[in-house]
Amino acid sequence: MFVIDTFLHRLKRGRETMAYPKGPAPALPDRHGGSLRVDGAKCVEGCDACVAVCAPQAIVRPGAGGIALDLGRCIFCAECVQACPAGAITQTGDHRMAARRREDLVLGAPGQEEVRLAAALDDKLRRLFGRSLRLRQVSAGGSGAEEADLNVLGTIGWDLGRFGIQFVASPRHADGLVITGPASRNMELALRKTWEAVPEPKIVIAVGAEAISGGVFAGHPQVHAGAASVVPVDLFIPGWPPHPLTILDGLLRLLGRLEEDRRDRDPQGHGALGQERPVN
Amino acid sequence: MSTLNATEFALLDNVAGLDWAEVPECTGPELVRRTAAELARGGRLCAWFGVPEPAGTRIVAVLAFDADNTLAVARSVPLNVGYPALTLEHAGAHLFERELWEQHAIRPEGHPWLKPVRRTDEAGTAPSMGEFFRVEGREVHEVAVGPVHAGIIEPGHFRFQCAGEEVLHLEIALGYQHRGIEEALTGGPHPLTASQMEVVAGDVSIAHATAHAMLVEALAGSEPPLRAQWLRAVALELERLANHTGDLGALANDVAFLPTSAACGKIRGDFLNLTALVCGNRFGRGLVRPGGCRHDLEPARIAQLGDRLKSAMAEAERASAWLWDAATVRARFEDVGTVHAAQAAELGLVGPAARACGLVRDVRYTHPAGWHRLAQMPVAVWPGGDVFARARVRWLEVQRSGEFLGEQLSAGPEGPVREKLPGLLPDRLAVALVEGWRGEVCHVALTDSAGRFRRYKIVDPSFHNWTGLALALRGQAISDFPVCNKSFNLSYCGFDL
Repeated sequence: MFVIDTFLHRLKRGRETMAYPKGPAPALPDRHGGSLRVDGAKCVEGCDACVAVCAPQAIVRPGAGGIALDLGRCIFCAECVQACPAGAITQTGDHRMAARRREDLVLGAPGQEEVRLAAALDDKLRRLFGRSLRLRQVSAGGSGAEEADLNVLGTIGWDLGRFGIQFVASPRHADGLVITGPASRNMELALRKTWEAVPEPKIVIAVGAEAISGGVFAGHPQVHAGAASVVPVDLFIPGWPPHPLTILDGLLRLLGRLEEDRRDRDPQGHGALGQERPVN
Repeated sequence: MSTLNATEFALLDNVAGLDWAEVPECTGPELVRRTAAELARGGRLCAWFGVPEPAGTRIVAVLAFDADNTLAVARSVPLNVGYPALTLEHAGAHLFERELWEQHAIRPEGHPWLKPVRRTDEAGTAPSMGEFFRVEGREVHEVAVGPVHAGIIEPGHFRFQCAGEEVLHLEIALGYQHRGIEEALTGGPHPLTASQMEVVAGDVSIAHATAHAMLVEALAGSEPPLRAQWLRAVALELERLANHTGDLGALANDVAFLPTSAACGKIRGDFLNLTALVCGNRFGRGLVRPGGCRHDLEPARIAQLGDRLKSAMAEAERASAWLWDAATVRARFEDVGTVHAAQAAELGLVGPAARACGLVRDVRYTHPAGWHRLAQMPVAVWPGGDVFARARVRWLEVQRSGEFLGEQLSAGPEGPVREKLPGLLPDRLAVALVEGWRGEVCHVALTDSAGRFRRYKIVDPSFHNWTGLALALRGQAISDFPVCNKSFNLSYCGFDL
């Protein structure tokens, strides 16, 4: 292969980076379903159909007809959506679900039917990180899938670098950590040391159900209940694992680089089969 | 298998079960002798683990005879102290025996390097603490890497003994990712078990979930609908396509060949999105369950899958052609990280790492179960055992998986994709092997008198292959570690469970 061939191939491929966030967000796969909406007011008295089918025990009904679905523990299997006789739990098709506070991921109470999406960092941190954010990734019991979809953000389709966000090799060069996995006890020391090595001010982002709550390993004596058990967390990105779009949305939201409520998506949320614009 | 003594080992097919009482029993030393004899005759060690009982710990040996499409099982009487190490005769047993010692305090006497595998005993202690093999000498220095690595990758510790640039010895210490998956399976299956199987190694969800599902089905004495078996086979190849393509890109990246690296990063995503088209999840989570599959493919979806597969394959073809055309790439791949066929056989390597040494080891072919009994594909083998061979095998497998899917997508049998599963039979042992993209995924389960899991053993292909990487580094420049590592691309959490 000659150098000229490389250029020709490259020219032929053209620009492959998605238009988002300037253009519309690519649609999630039709069977993905996106985030959840939990309308506690619709719950039937004494019904616990959703609780019974929820394998990760992400749903509780704390008396008096209330319901609390923890999106930070959810594996998005949608068994509850199918089981609910009242249609109280629905899929929104929305990829956006990152939150700043852990309690904002608990859905079902009046006014908290959907995730309260993450607010941007304060002005001081935005000035520091808004146009240049260096992150160190630590997998602490991560399955490899969360890590893979973080890597995907660096590929040509997503091109995380265009936002000034970059993953770096040393915590000393980083502004914060991205943590995956439930925080296995065998990684606790390394995680703590890595966090301590990041200069102040610093932020921590927990990616995926395991990192937020322990996920499907919650309660195992070999793991903690997520990253926040070891270090303070500033952003929670739910998913099992989160779609790259969900992660990107969370990062941009944190940096205040998304206009609030820009719902430039189709009103159905997710396209029907065949209408999606898949991205890698 | 005329030479195999059926009174010493019980023979069984892949995804078959037998009564625990039917598994031949002998003393510890005798089990070692029998196992060593069969391994010397061409058998392969799939699993070697302990089953705790009040009177002591029984060792269970699971062997595969690839040429005869047969598995073999035997067990020891309950042991309390030690037994002569199998590792002394068969190096491939060394991690199994360390694990047995760590989990059950059964000492393999004479084991040359007896230390913990995951160090699960002391909470808060880093697994890599302790003694490492050291090379002494004036020019010798030691390089310690990890557990936290430079990229977005799982944690593990590598300890190199180097003379200048040359690596004399590499010791790999893992365990950081231990999440207690096997421990939690005792008394199962639990409501979360099927989900946990999908994250044993999160990029091998389909293979592990399929092995688990087939194992449970075998223990229940049932078989899932044929359409579910077909769909699992389709998903397994989609998983292989995504990961092999990603690996080719990563290998290109490690030798600074950016055109293929950039293109494969994207094409890998295209393949992941095909899995997402099947079940909504890019990694296939939520698709395979004991009893069948949770989703079906309607004709429109199959058509779209076929179209998108065709264009992704065409792109993969182009991107890999650049790689194979480039002399600079060949120069960096050839004769780097070589593992010889004899070493691979002795260590019991599996998957592409073994096939790149010329060994015909592919469960889909040698121990077909499920849909692979009805539809097969050629085994991709390449001699050489170097980085080039491991890359080449991946590319051959990408092509063959693509062809397989092209044929199979329209060949799905009619019928349901899921059936209700009866309860598990009591006091049964079953073995399920699945050829995941990294190699042989082995699940073994034993039920108690109530039909619950009494012991569940998972052997991820990485458990066999990490030692292969350590060996591949011998005599290499330490700067070649990344490309050697990528050519194996092993799982940390699959090893650590």
